[in-house]
Amino acid sequence: MSLTDIFRARTRPLTSVSSRFSALPKQVRWSLMGLFVVALYFAPRWPDVPVLGWIINTPGTNFSSVLTDQIMIFVLMALGLNVVVGLAGLLDLGYVGFYAIGAYTTAIITSQHANLPWLLAIPIAVLVSMSAGVILGTPTLRLRGDYLAIVTLGFGEIIRITANNSEWLGAAAGIKKIKHPPTIGPLKFGVLDEHPYWYLGFTAILFVIFLLRRLESSRVGRAWSAVREDEDAAELMGVDTFKFKLWAFAIGAGIGGLAGVLYAGKVGFINPDNFQLQLSILFLAAVVLGGTGNMYGAIVGGFLVAWMPERFRNFQDKRFFVFGVALVLVMVFRPQGIIPRRSAAAGIAKKGDSHV
Amino acid sequence: MRDWLIYKTFWDLTVSGLVLGLIYSLVALGYTMVYGVLRLINFAHSEIFMVGTFGSLITITQVLGVPLFNDSNGYPYKSGLALVLTLVACLIGAVLVSGAGAVVLERTAYRPLRGAGDIYGAVVLAFISAFVASMIFSTNLSLNLTFALVATAPISYGYMRIFKKGRQAPRLAFLISAIGSSMAIAEAVATWGPDNRLVYKLPRVLEKKTLFKLFGTDVRIDYAIVAIGAILMMTSLLLFVNKTRLGRGIRAVAQDVETSRILGVNVNSVILITFLLGGCMAGGAAMMFTLMYDQTRFNIGFLLGVKSFTAAVLGGIGNIRGALLGGIVLGLAENYGSSIFGGQWKDVIAFVVLLVVLMFRPTGILGESLGKARV
Repeated sequence: MSLTDIFRARTRPLTSVSSRFSALPKQVRWSLMGLFVVALYFAPRWPDVPVLGWIINTPGTNFSSVLTDQIMIFVLMALGLNVVVGLAGLLDLGYVGFYAIGAYTTAIITSQHANLPWLLAIPIAVLVSMSAGVILGTPTLRLRGDYLAIVTLGFGEIIRITANNSEWLGAAAGIKKIKHPPTIGPLKFGVLDEHPYWYLGFTAILFVIFLLRRLESSRVGRAWSAVREDEDAAELMGVDTFKFKLWAFAIGAGIGGLAGVLYAGKVGFINPDNFQLQLSILFLAAVVLGGTGNMYGAIVGGFLVAWMPERFRNFQDKRFFVFGVALVLVMVFRPQGIIPRRSAAAGIAKKGDSHV
Repeated sequence: MRDWLIYKTFWDLTVSGLVLGLIYSLVALGYTMVYGVLRLINFAHSEIFMVGTFGSLITITQVLGVPLFNDSNGYPYKSGLALVLTLVACLIGAVLVSGAGAVVLERTAYRPLRGAGDIYGAVVLAFISAFVASMIFSTNLSLNLTFALVATAPISYGYMRIFKKGRQAPRLAFLISAIGSSMAIAEAVATWGPDNRLVYKLPRVLEKKTLFKLFGTDVRIDYAIVAIGAILMMTSLLLFVNKTRLGRGIRAVAQDVETSRILGVNVNSVILITFLLGGCMAGGAAMMFTLMYDQTRFNIGFLLGVKSFTAAVLGGIGNIRGALLGGIVLGLAENYGSSIFGGQWKDVIAFVVLLVVLMFRPTGILGESLGKARV
């Protein structure tokens, strides 16, 4: 058995598991999924489980804080960026900008300039980020793909530098005393206990997954895949490509903003350094590693990018090096990502996709 | 109200903006040429530039034995022939390191994605992946290196088997690979360089005297060297692309890959040469950069790379003259802008200029054309 065969055999079970799963009766499928979701709600306790605990455990850091500060954010951001990059095929290199807008809006309205409750920050910040997406998208989405990449990259930097230079936004020192989410029954959102934040964040993730699943199988989702596969053909068939691209941008931005709200509510303190450009690239890495265009791939990618450096502490200060190498290797040997999109896996990837 | 400094220092800003713009242009050439033949934003080009500054640093400190700058022993000024030789040696060092870096990059990170991976790429990839894998178990650098060396042969054999299938990757994959290699190169220098993430201060061998006055502005000797060197390099590149056989190959591939392949152009070697040329230009820019600023750092390439790419897009990507124009426009705009709005907005200005230009001229000032404008 040659190495290639092993490589192939390795990749086959992933697809067969998913097809076997969808062949199960509906009731069984739903109860299995329900069990999995319940198990995920108990994720902060996973390190106490015998075998799983040894695998998932993060030496040196509290697992539940890794879960809330890193994994939760990365999964949400990967889900949002996947809408833009994976579903609509628009390359956004400044996605961290929307995350920053969400976090800063929360900070402004709950601490810096107003005293609104945190819950109100969710709709406001999401709306503000979505409008930022529309404002950025309107002039730039008419540009071709590669220009879009550099313009969005610029946008991410502009947001960070503006926050850094403007006294109104707390300048380089940042904004302190951002409100935590309010106490709901037994869930006390304090500084010490991280579990409630995970329950909240995981609920947000479930909500986003539900929303995106509905969108993907709707008219909008079909329009996105048409735009992604061939923009000119989509335009000719009567798809208003600009409108749907703008929608993808806005929805992606909204999810980014939501992640920003959760982050700000969790840590209670933000400054411009939390929104470095490298973060954008890590988010993109999460999407691409997992499998561009596949929501579950994005989740796996987000989890891996956030969790791996904490799990393998040797990597800690070299993690960007390791990610860089990992990105190149995944692109060379598995360009569709760990869990490829169905159509791509089925070999419908369009021909003449790359220039050479 | 801000003091409108721009009136007092207009010519100062113009001269330094022009020189900065020329450095942007040199780096932009690498982006523009690779984009012309591959339709790829070579994100890692900024790291090729960064590696070039270190090439210059290594030449002057290790090969020529001038110690790194520190405050106590002052500037090791040289003059006459010794100075010229030192500068030329630095230039050669930077160009060699950058050119080699660009070639290795192409072979490892891009060529396998085109379905044309060869043994060189396989060996480098195998070495790096074995090295990273060994880092899971140990942090001892020499142990990691030994393991990587031992494992290279079998892993590269396996990689070759996969390369033989010649799978084409989608376009996004190239870009991600570029971003990945950019991150890996910068972090490798940051992690394993002697001073890690700190700033390296180069010894200043050139005494920066004023050469002559232009509209009341001092034109320093390093400015003059940068201007002359950059223009020489760009002219020779333009001549190469327009007059030689290989240059014709580059233009042909930029115009239409399939047709030029049918007509007997060796596309892979043309791409390699394009990378090499871009790398050499970046090396030249790197040497001039170190000459002007006397320092370097692992992340020095990032912002400069982004701006140079901005310059390439401004002038019209894929267009060699456009890179020159875009670089100069950007350098000037940045200088004037930061004197009007304040230095902290300098990086914002570049992007705003880009946004405005793209809104009115979506293919840049001069339009796209290495071969011709594309549909």
